[in-house]
Parts: sequence; structure tokens; C-alpha cells
Amino acid sequence: MKSLIAVIFALLPGFVFAAGGNVHLNDMKVDLEDTASLQRGAKYFANYCMGCHSTKFARYNRVARDLGIPEDVMMDNLVFAETKIGNLMEIAMRPEDSKKWFGATPPDLTLVARVRGADWLYTYLGSFYADETRPYGYNNTAFKDVGMPHVLADLQGKQVKGCAPVVIGFDPLTGQELKEDSCARTDEAGHPIEVLYLEEEGQLNAAEYDKAIADITNFLVYMGEPMALERQRIGFWVLLFLAILFVPVYYLNREFWRGIH
Amino acid sequence: MSKLSAFMGWIDHRLPVTATFEKHMSKYYAPKNLNFWYFFGVFSFLMLANQILTGVWLTMSFTPSAEQAFASVEYIMRDVELGWLIRYMHSTGASFFFLVIYMHMFRGLLYGSYQKPRELIWIFGMAIYLMLMAEAFMGYVLPWGQMSYWGAQVIISLFSAIPIVGDDLVTWIKGDFLISGITLNRFFALHVIALPLVIVALVFMHILALHEVGSNNPDGVDIKKYKDEEGRPLDGIPFHPYYTVHDLVGIVVFLFVFCFVIFFWPEGNGYFLEHANFEQANGLKTPAHIAPVWYFGAFYTILRVVPDKLGGVILMGAAIAVLFVLPWLDRSPVRSWRYKGWISRINLVLFGLFFILLTWLGTQPATGIYATLGLISTIVYFAWFITLPFISAKEKTKPVPERVTG
Repeated sequence: MKSLIAVIFALLPGFVFAAGGNVHLNDMKVDLEDTASLQRGAKYFANYCMGCHSTKFARYNRVARDLGIPEDVMMDNLVFAETKIGNLMEIAMRPEDSKKWFGATPPDLTLVARVRGADWLYTYLGSFYADETRPYGYNNTAFKDVGMPHVLADLQGKQVKGCAPVVIGFDPLTGQELKEDSCARTDEAGHPIEVLYLEEEGQLNAAEYDKAIADITNFLVYMGEPMALERQRIGFWVLLFLAILFVPVYYLNREFWRGIH
Repeated sequence: MSKLSAFMGWIDHRLPVTATFEKHMSKYYAPKNLNFWYFFGVFSFLMLANQILTGVWLTMSFTPSAEQAFASVEYIMRDVELGWLIRYMHSTGASFFFLVIYMHMFRGLLYGSYQKPRELIWIFGMAIYLMLMAEAFMGYVLPWGQMSYWGAQVIISLFSAIPIVGDDLVTWIKGDFLISGITLNRFFALHVIALPLVIVALVFMHILALHEVGSNNPDGVDIKKYKDEEGRPLDGIPFHPYYTVHDLVGIVVFLFVFCFVIFFWPEGNGYFLEHANFEQANGLKTPAHIAPVWYFGAFYTILRVVPDKLGGVILMGAAIAVLFVLPWLDRSPVRSWRYKGWISRINLVLFGLFFILLTWLGTQPATGIYATLGLISTIVYFAWFITLPFISAKEKTKPVPERVTG
């Protein structure tokens, strides 16, 4: 029996698909049990994202139920469209209009976490930087020349890309950070390495902004698979049942085969 | 006579229920030394049942139209009670179906189960495999995600490589000049009605042919050679109850693994459910990397090895076709690899390993080292079939025991 499991697992390829591109992704720790984070994520999402992005495969009341938000609170604070609590989370913006405005219709985000992954979303939301050549004044290192404006700029402040001191290590004696100008080093192509840094602070400081985009990402992961926790909960009992069932089945087999040599 | 046996007697006079049960279960003598590898037949059967049952329930809420298909799958995932479970059982089930089928086929290679007199069992099995590939391909189109659409685009366009009629054939298959809701609808019809009927009929023939000649065993010896005075093979035991209780143990373990994936790893790192397929089909946006689901990987690699489209299609067709004639390529006097020469044994292991490599390569971009590896493993794949008749006929085999060795 052990060999059966071993062989099946050996055949399951253990490789991960490349997330795409050469962008370095920041590690995002998803926690679907953190209801407070999901609620904050939902709040940010409703306020900053849903003007342009629908989550049209999900329903408001499901989100309210899963995130522990009373329906009236949900309707008053998170539902800005003229709609009912049991409806799908659609938006009023017409795709043909938004295509004209942004160059591409903002995609529906119900499943974006399952397409892009949490790390990518988290990195993307933190990678906007001021770029005068773009129509809305912002570019993004994770998604070059993206059509989306930096809607969270109020919160984050003005992030720019350029030469800045970066931590390269710690002084072994004093424990102090050792810094060096990022442009003192070059990338593989020989260009000085530019980094993102804050030029003006927004309503949130850097740590708070990081937390905010982590909350949004967390919410979008929930949105991609709202039953994920239920799935694991049921799965535990199913596996336990099978493990217990194994015992009588094993002895039944042994009993029948006792006389076979 | 009890009421029950009276009732069974009434039935048996009109329908051979008892006789059929005895012929195929309680008096079907299977070798007593069937090992781990022999579980995969019953696992395949289990997966077939799983696919049919979950498929029926999915059909109840699925809408086969280009506008609604993607949304209806998400409706199943979110709004249908336990719909997510049924969907994951079906999507993961497809991957597990192929996994156990590949193991089942490799069992056939190990113990020479395709050799005389079991050639027809092998042929029926290969036909099932072929139909299953068509079934899986069409099923994959139904959720109407990006990979559904572009995967279908790649596979259907292969037919355009056929000289003269190619382009017309492609239009005929699609039912349109591009892949559209019409294509989706016909694939739905084929996926839920036509192909399942064919597959079930073929499985019936597969088992009927098996029970006519009896099961092979890891020693490849004929258990019917030695019988007791009542005509029962000395090394055989009734399938029921011995193998029913035996298979039950395997089934519980298999279900444990299957359920672990369903409940804790349903996407399988993008191998069971590809990430790009969570994005709705868009005919104007070609994904950067179009990869088939893993179970088609081996043949996709062979297809891509040849730079010429027609050449690739022919080679891929040959890779599948050559499996059909395997019973006539193996000319060894012994069945089981246990008694074949060491060259055969090493070759068989290499063949298995290179098939896994081919499969993995199919999910990767065909560039650089991957392209080279793809070429090498394709050559190994065909070399195994080409050399088989000579090696199997010439090499020195070990003496086969008269009775099974357990």
C-alpha cells in the first residue's frame, strides 16, 4: 500500500509554473481565516476598485455572509451600486466606454487571484511609480505601461523610480544598516539599478500601505475561491472517514485471504 | 425454498442474473498472485463511474453557450450547493483517470498482458484510451477559459496540415470559421452523449474479452494449464469475494489520495486546473504560453519536435498508432518482464521514464534545452518500438515456472 501512494505522488509533477516575466515578486502571506483583513480588503476594494472592476461571478450577500458583515452594514457601506444584496457584483461602467478611457476594459476581478496569484497582485499594487509619459501619470514595474491609473495614490503618496540608497547589509560591530546608492550597481544589461521609493507620503505610511494592499490581495484570494475554507474543513472529515474505513476493510481482506497461499 | 430464492428462480428463468454473476464474479477464476499493479484496472473503472456521475450533475447547471459557459461554471462553483465539490471531482477526476490509465497500460507492458491470446483486450483498451483523449479534449473546451479556447485552436488547427482537404476539414469540425459558440455546443453534445456511450461500450467489450481468456498475472503463466478435478485452475481464486474485498482496500487508499487532492490541492499547481483557464476565453488575446493539460504532454512534445506541421502531426499520429500494434511487435516467447532478458527489462524502465519526461516537456516551452530533451526522448520513444521485435525475438529468456510464484 505504501508503494501505491509513493508511486502516485511520484507521478504528480512537483514543479510550479513560472509566474511569468522577469519581475521579482514579493512574498504575500495569504490568511483566509483573518476575517478582519478580509473585511478591510472588501472595504478598500469597494471604495477604490469597484468603480471600474466588477466581480460579476460573486454575490454581495455571499461576501457579507462569508466575511461576517451584517447585510444592512454591507448595503450601507460597501454597496454603492443601485442593486440588491442578492445580486451579482456587477458595475455600471460600460466596457466600450472604459476601453476608450483606459485603452483596455478593466478586467473582471472575481478570479484574478487564481489567474495571477497572490504574490503577483500584492507586488503589482505596490509597484506603481510616477511616470510623466503615461496618460494618467503612473507606470508600474510589475505590469509595464499598464492602462490603470494609480487609484491608491491618495493612500500611498507619490512613489518614484530612480537612484536611492538601499540596505546592502548590516555592520557586524554596531548592527547598523549599511546603505549604498542603488545606481552604484548595474543589472545584467549594464544599466544602473533603479528602485522604487516614496517621494511624498500619502494618508498612510509605508507599513500601513503595505498592510492595505495585503488586505486587498487577501480579499481577492478569498474572492477567487470563496469556499476554500469550507473545502478544507470538509476535506478533513472525508480523509478521517477514509482512514477509519481503511481499518475494517483491511481486516476484512486479511480474513478472506487467510487461507490463500 | 425461501421466498428470495423462489424470486431469483423466477428471474433466472427470464434473465440470466445468477448465471452472469457467476460467470463474471463468483466463478470467474483470477490468478491468486495479482499484485499492486493490478489495482489500476478497477481504479480506471472507478474513475469512469466518477466522471459519469459528476458529469451528469454538472450538466444540470452548465450552460453550453459562448456567452454563458464560463459564468455557469462559476455559478456551479459558488451558488450551487456543493457544486464546487462536484466540479473538482470532475476536473481532478480527469487527471486521475489518465494517471490510473497510464499505470494500467504500463502494467500491461510489464507483464506482457497484450500478448496472445489477449491482443483484442489490448486493442479495445487502446481504443478506450483514444476515445478518452477526445473526450478529455472536448471536456476541456467546455468551461470556455483562455486555455479551453486556445488549446482547442491549436489542436483543431492540426487537421489543417492534412493536404487538400485540411482547411475545409477544420471549418467542418468547428462548424464555423473560427472557434465559436457553435463549436462549444457540438463539443458539449459529443462530450456528454456520443463519446461516453462509445467509451462505455468499449469498456464492456474490454472486460468481456478479458473474461473470455482470463486475466494474465505477474508471472505471465497460464493458470488454466493446471486444474483440479472440478476444472478449477489450481492457481486461480474466484474474483468474488477474494478480489472484491482485495480491491476494496486499494480503492480506499486510492480515494484517500484522490480526496486529498480534491480538498487540499484541486489546482495541482496549475497542472490539473491551469491558471490561465480562470480567465474567460478571448479570441483577440493569445496567451504567451499555450500548454495542454499534462496528460497530453507526451504527444504534444512529439508533435512539436518536428518543425513542419504535417510532419509533426504524422509523427504524433504514429506515436499513438504504434501502440495499437504492440501485441505483434513483441515476439518474446515469455510474457512477463520477470523472465525476459536484461536488455528488455532495462529498455522497459527507460521507456517508462522517458514517457514521463515527454509528458513533462509537453507542459513546458519548446525552447533551448527543452527542445533538445524533447528530440532525445522522442527518439527513445520510437526506438523502443522499433527495436522491440528484434530484441524480444533474439534475447535469451529465463525459464518460466509452471505455476505462479506468488
